Amino acid sequence: MSNMTLEETKALIQEVLEAYPDKARKDRAKHLAANDQSVEQSKKCIISNRKSQPGVMTIRGCAYAGSKGVVWGPIKDMVHISHGPVGCGAYSRAGRRNYYTGHTGVNTFGTMNFTSDFQEKDIVFGGDKKLEKLIDEIEQLFPLVKGVSVQSECPIGLIGDDIEAVAKKKTKEHGKPVVPVRCEGFRGVSQSLGHHIANDAIRDHVLGNRDDQAFESTPYDVAIIGDYNIGGDAWSSRILLEEMGLRVVAQWSGDGTLPEMELTPKVKLNLIHCYRSMNYISRYMEEKYSIPWMEYNFFGPTKIAESLRKIAAFFDETIQANAEKVIEKYQAEYEAVIAKYRPRLEGKKVMLYVGGLRPRHVIGAYEDLGMEVVGTGYEFAHNDDYDRTIKEVDNATLLYDDVTGYEFEEFVKRVKPDLIGSGIKEKYIFQKMGVPFRQMHSWDYSGPYHGYDGFAIFARDMDMTVNNPCWNSMQAPWLKPAAAETEATAASA
Amino acid sequence: MATRQCAIYGKGGIGKSTTTQNLVAGLAELGKRVMIVGCDPKADSTRLILHSKAQETIMQMAADAGSVEDLELEDVLKVGFGDIKCVESGGPEPGVGCAGRGVITAINFLEEEGAYEEDLDFVFYDVLGDVVCGGFAMPIRENKAQEIYIVCSGEMMAMYAANNIAKGIVKYASSGGVRLAGLICNSRNTAREDELIMELARQLGTQMIHFVPRDNIVQRAEIRRMTVIEYDPKSGQADEYRTLAQKIIDNQMFVVPTPISMDELEDLLMEFGVLEEEDESIVGKTAADEAVA
Repeated sequence: MSNMTLEETKALIQEVLEAYPDKARKDRAKHLAANDQSVEQSKKCIISNRKSQPGVMTIRGCAYAGSKGVVWGPIKDMVHISHGPVGCGAYSRAGRRNYYTGHTGVNTFGTMNFTSDFQEKDIVFGGDKKLEKLIDEIEQLFPLVKGVSVQSECPIGLIGDDIEAVAKKKTKEHGKPVVPVRCEGFRGVSQSLGHHIANDAIRDHVLGNRDDQAFESTPYDVAIIGDYNIGGDAWSSRILLEEMGLRVVAQWSGDGTLPEMELTPKVKLNLIHCYRSMNYISRYMEEKYSIPWMEYNFFGPTKIAESLRKIAAFFDETIQANAEKVIEKYQAEYEAVIAKYRPRLEGKKVMLYVGGLRPRHVIGAYEDLGMEVVGTGYEFAHNDDYDRTIKEVDNATLLYDDVTGYEFEEFVKRVKPDLIGSGIKEKYIFQKMGVPFRQMHSWDYSGPYHGYDGFAIFARDMDMTVNNPCWNSMQAPWLKPAAAETEATAASA
Repeated sequence: MATRQCAIYGKGGIGKSTTTQNLVAGLAELGKRVMIVGCDPKADSTRLILHSKAQETIMQMAADAGSVEDLELEDVLKVGFGDIKCVESGGPEPGVGCAGRGVITAINFLEEEGAYEEDLDFVFYDVLGDVVCGGFAMPIRENKAQEIYIVCSGEMMAMYAANNIAKGIVKYASSGGVRLAGLICNSRNTAREDELIMELARQLGTQMIHFVPRDNIVQRAEIRRMTVIEYDPKSGQADEYRTLAQKIIDNQMFVVPTPISMDELEDLLMEFGVLEEEDESIVGKTAADEAVA
């Protein structure tokens, strides 16, 4: 952190912790740290993936959010049933901006909400019969549907419905996969367990479906895994891989399909963008099908070039030469973006608080614009994520795991960043505090941010947020001391 | 006089439903206006009063109608012997859904529909054997039943269950007005059964309100789907239930129970010869081990 030393960051953490009662302070202290690159394993400085303390205003979600919202929801040619009362599905419908192509309601179903709409009688008498009927109706109304997933809401686990038996029966009857997913919201400490449960369901009900089918493969077959195509991210990533001469056989779950998931075991290399939510299935395919996997990062030209070369190194010299050509092709374009925006953003400080990947993955893109990430943290990361983060940020950078509403506000007051990147729940708090803010889950209704195309949009968005003239109008006119001093106040704000 | 609300608990199969219906028939005979609320998904708490196999339940009718809001009180309330009002909460078949939620829904429905506002002297809740979850504790929550009667016998598991139920009552007694009103001994003809239950009652801080002797006439009446009082009003057993009914009318002893520890319960059982002195040396030994020794 440019303006804070290791000691100062540690002192800030101590000061913020002071407000807590003893027990909460002891717990929260383990989740806050000043970065120290010399530490080999993050568990020596920060604890993660633990239950949140009651009363702290955590920003986390639930297992259902992790499965239906993140992993399964974007698979566009399947219907994902929010099994239980109506709210979970209704309030999470189409909120994540996973773009897809297709005719919604005909061969794709991404922005539609399917729910079993549990009533009192379904709780008392069980909902299995209703679920059967619902699956039959889906098959009847949407004959082009490729399969169905049953995303369990809390009551399903409480009343012990046997959704596995229903799924088995309906898979047989309709000849299409019906996948039961036990992602009841009360399971685990955050949405992270939902990702794992969803991965396990893919393993058990999808991946092996075409094991005995012939497949015309090429040496350049890859799969993009863990790109959710927020605002079109996967599209602006995929073209780079294709320009390099690779064949993208499958891309999920953003704009993904069931057949693509089923074909993934046929590829030569799995490319993982969101490690947190999809590492489980990648490891499984490594064990079962001996498919290697590789993490990559398509945020900002530095990381893109690094990743393209790393991916190319796995293949032959043709691909490696192609990778260089791709980088060269876009060079003028991204240099122009940097030339335009870097002078406007140079030296600006950013604080991030996002889910399980972006708190480290977007750092390179900010650095390409001359900006500096002075604080970062995850909602639901595990320690392997922090292991990767330590190397990405400077010493003394503030790290916060499962940050509480209070801590985040206090840190922002003290660190005074020029920009905060976090989610919808944080947005208006910080905007009202007068701090420029970008939503880094949904790209604030913009995007894509991946790839070279995405970088241009990313740079534009950051500029129009940080340098928006509205931040100079934070004080009521009648409270302003004098016209001359106004300029000075705005400049120092 | 205000309606007295009573709940009958006890180990499964101990005779709660039979005892409740016979006792309620006795109360009706004495001119009391009574309602039975069956809180067991089996819905067999009112069959002796209504001479029916099983009464149509609130939850089943609610499921058929769409939701419980679509029901009227007269749809679910049946009147049987001695003008006793009968309702069954009902619930799912074993192994599916949530029976506890059924009880909660049904009791809330009765309350909202004003079932308790009519002129009633007594409401009796006949509850499933074990209080396995919050739903089956519903009758003793939120100022519903104030008096709990536990049906038990001189068998170990029945007494064990009675003690556990007493523990549950303590939990709710601290937050509400529910009290233990007595043990009803439904005899299994074990040795010194009356003394044993009286002693258990003493230790729990309550009373054995009545000792109901064992008599085959109960079964004979039951296969005719009748209470003993209706089937053979002149029989001695009918008088026993009348006595129990009178004792409940006169009952003044409502206590917060003092449940006993497992060791105390075992001591009590050993004292009465229900349980043998424990031989620690045989714990975990298989038949084969013992053959070698």
